[in-house]
Amino acid sequence: MIKVTFIEHNGTVRSVEVADGTSLMEAAVGNLIPGIDGDCGGCCACATCHLFIEPEWLDKLVPAEDMEKSLLELAECVGPGSRLGCQIKLSQSLDGIVARTPLGQH
Amino acid sequence: MNAAYTHVPQEQKNPAYAIPLEDIDVSDPELYRSNTMWGYFERLRREDPVHYCAKSLFGPFWSVTKYKDIMEVETHPGIYSSDSRRGGVTILDSNTAVQLPMFIQMDPPQHDEHRKAVSPIVAPENLARMEAIIRRRTGEALDGLPVGQEFNWVDKVSINLTTQMLATLFDFPWEDRSKLTYWSDATVALPGEGLVDSEEHRMQIMGECAAYMTRLWNERVNAEPRSDLISMMAHDARTRNMTPEEFLGNVLLLIVGGNDTTRSSMTGGVLALNENPEQYAKLCANPALVASMIPEIVRWQTPLSHMRRTATEDTVLGGKNIRKGDKVVMWYVSGNRDEEAIENPNNFIIDRARPRQHLSFGFGIHRCVGNRLAEMQIRILWEEVLKRWPKPGQIKVIGAPERVASPFIKGYESMQVRIDA
Repeated sequence: MIKVTFIEHNGTVRSVEVADGTSLMEAAVGNLIPGIDGDCGGCCACATCHLFIEPEWLDKLVPAEDMEKSLLELAECVGPGSRLGCQIKLSQSLDGIVARTPLGQH
Repeated sequence: MNAAYTHVPQEQKNPAYAIPLEDIDVSDPELYRSNTMWGYFERLRREDPVHYCAKSLFGPFWSVTKYKDIMEVETHPGIYSSDSRRGGVTILDSNTAVQLPMFIQMDPPQHDEHRKAVSPIVAPENLARMEAIIRRRTGEALDGLPVGQEFNWVDKVSINLTTQMLATLFDFPWEDRSKLTYWSDATVALPGEGLVDSEEHRMQIMGECAAYMTRLWNERVNAEPRSDLISMMAHDARTRNMTPEEFLGNVLLLIVGGNDTTRSSMTGGVLALNENPEQYAKLCANPALVASMIPEIVRWQTPLSHMRRTATEDTVLGGKNIRKGDKVVMWYVSGNRDEEAIENPNNFIIDRARPRQHLSFGFGIHRCVGNRLAEMQIRILWEEVLKRWPKPGQIKVIGAPERVASPFIKGYESMQVRIDA
């Protein structure tokens, strides 16, 4: 199991454990973390799983591909840690990852 | 169930199965007026999911009918262009003579800049600020309905509320708000069908809209920034220096985008619950289901039957060779009933798992910018309806609704209802 910590926009901290291979979006939606929707089901087509990865974890991620980049280009309040959760597959190397979630998606 | 307006695909008896495959033309407006397009789409999904129609009112076009193929088109905007100069986003080619720049009809990078400028108005923070005023106005509209009498839900509720919403978004002078609906309807009307006589007439109406909106802009550009759309555009660095054409294009896009579509879902929800009384009862027993019912209404209604793209290069889609310049129509109305992507797609189920996994808002970079605003409006409508009329079947559809004859706008001209006290 991989431990994931979500910090909500209001500061609420929740840690969940999910199976290896789960995406960060699925980890959030499956555990009812507010602020993450995942409308398209995880195929990088809607940008409703936008979240912010804490800086110390950014280097460990597979870099964003073109479609993710173009969707993030249009997302709200994009920052250096911005990623689409559906594009981050969790594995042992990401055990303990911390992500901040926005108020909502659109 | 009222058989008069139930649409259950009936494979054998359906006329959709009685003609040669190549003769199928799902763009025929009459199919939408009579609500008889379902069987044709069902057949295409099964027998020829990417289908070429050589001859139609709108010229030759490809139909993309399955969810996964539509997703493929949506996520490759470089191959499938939205640019108005190539034809735009509807099966009816955009009129190059009266072209206004709208980001829905642009490709990146221009699209991105324009979209980013108006996107914050419908961001979660701004929606939260608007919720109270929308709720108050929705409640007032419902309190004014003639309970116990037959009336047209489309006029009295759907058009009324969407017009109010637009006026709220633009902080538009309240007494003039019906102009917004008029401008919206004039933008999409076919010449000679009542509202506009000709393209010149349409441009004259657009000119009135431009003059009015420019006056509001001039007032707001010199005032403190506020959260309405015009003030936001007037103060944002990306939009402050728009040309008059760009300004009018953006204004009309936002008016049209928020008008017909939400209007149709507001009507469609009442119809869907009436056709599915067991779902109506489930909702009344547990009003918290409004949350998952709203995206289900939007899927079930599919307020825009399609969006169109134009191929920028030769490509292959679903095994078919698409040529550069071909018109490619993504039939959301069909993809939303694709049994391979959605379980029991022909059923209206208010507590579906993953209800937001539908095509009505599109996907990819052109996905509806106002989707959460639309959902909020419809959610508030149903929350306020259930507070006032909490019993199953209390809002009764009388007879069959009159539907719009269009392969694009999937909506209702009128729908008679009666609310029982």
